[in-house]
Amino acid sequence: MSPFLAGVTWLLLFQCAGEVASRLLGLPVPGPVVGMLLLLIALRARKRIPDSIGAAADALAKHLSLLFVPAGVGVMMYFGHLAGEWLPIVLALLVSTVVAIAAAALTFAALARRAGANPDNRTPGAEP
Amino acid sequence: MKGERFFELWVYLAATPLAGLTLTLVAYVVGYALYTRCKLHPLANPVLIAVVVIVACLGIVEVDYGTYFAGAQFVHFLLGPAVVGLAVPLARAWPDVRRLAVPVAGALAVGSGVAFVTAVGVAWALGASPATLASLAPKSVTAPIAMGIAEQIGGMAALAAVFAVATGIIGATLGKYVLDALRVRDWRARGFALGLAAHGIGTARAFQVNVEAGTYAGLAFGLHGVFAAFLLPLLWRLSSFILGER
Repeated sequence: MSPFLAGVTWLLLFQCAGEVASRLLGLPVPGPVVGMLLLLIALRARKRIPDSIGAAADALAKHLSLLFVPAGVGVMMYFGHLAGEWLPIVLALLVSTVVAIAAAALTFAALARRAGANPDNRTPGAEP
Repeated sequence: MKGERFFELWVYLAATPLAGLTLTLVAYVVGYALYTRCKLHPLANPVLIAVVVIVACLGIVEVDYGTYFAGAQFVHFLLGPAVVGLAVPLARAWPDVRRLAVPVAGALAVGSGVAFVTAVGVAWALGASPATLASLAPKSVTAPIAMGIAEQIGGMAALAAVFAVATGIIGATLGKYVLDALRVRDWRARGFALGLAAHGIGTARAFQVNVEAGTYAGLAFGLHGVFAAFLLPLLWRLSSFILGER
């Protein structure tokens, strides 16, 4: 069997497990996020990432942005609502996104420096 | 006579899932080709281009979103396994991630709080309606989680998804300029900030630029989703208490 197919099957199985756990425990987190945490635990326990799962995950991650297109097109249903309040909405989205990026990046960089990690861009394997 | 046949065929095609699915992929392939042609320039974001092309096409042929989504849902569905798959880069980078637990936790708490307060604060100050505010509150969280949160606090789920995608596009297009201006050079900090503020679309952008940035973006995007799902409803209640029920 192709490793890609096996990998996608594993991803779907973990998504199902996440969905079941999310429903049974009444978690506010959707199934795929719980599935991601479960897969992370499983991969850490195995110490090695199977090639099949790696291949499938990398293929999906490479065009992750495509998967958001259908939800984005949903904007067409709200043109009426958006027209009435476009100024607060546009400003809130712009200001908040820019400020949040700045706040998260500066906090991360400052704390990483304090933790003694090399603040500059490292290359993998360059660590002593 | 010939025109009539063509019209019938057109009506048939436009109503099948095939049309919505094909349009989605064609628009994205066009968007991605432009993006590569522009040497991955952040302003040539492929999601933005694809959404504009599709909305324009649907407007011209007068097809509604529901008909379009009947085909596009096959692409939308793959979001689930793709999110599960983000565990892979995370597992690869795990030793490094664990060493950086403090910066990760700190940036998550600060970034998440700032995203919420500034989004709701700006819109509230400019007089947005309560339903809009509640739909804006989870805008930096990935669309499926944002929809759940918005519903829980009195917003509109589908509108929250639109705000989340818009936020993702804004973050992916402007992030580079913000981070360059602040002189943040650490790929991990850059990626984490993009994933936190601009969820999956920011993560996709980060992966296109640098694998390490993508890994930390995926981490931030997942953590922020979980964190916000539990804490944002509480923050919302706290802020409506402070601002007074409206």
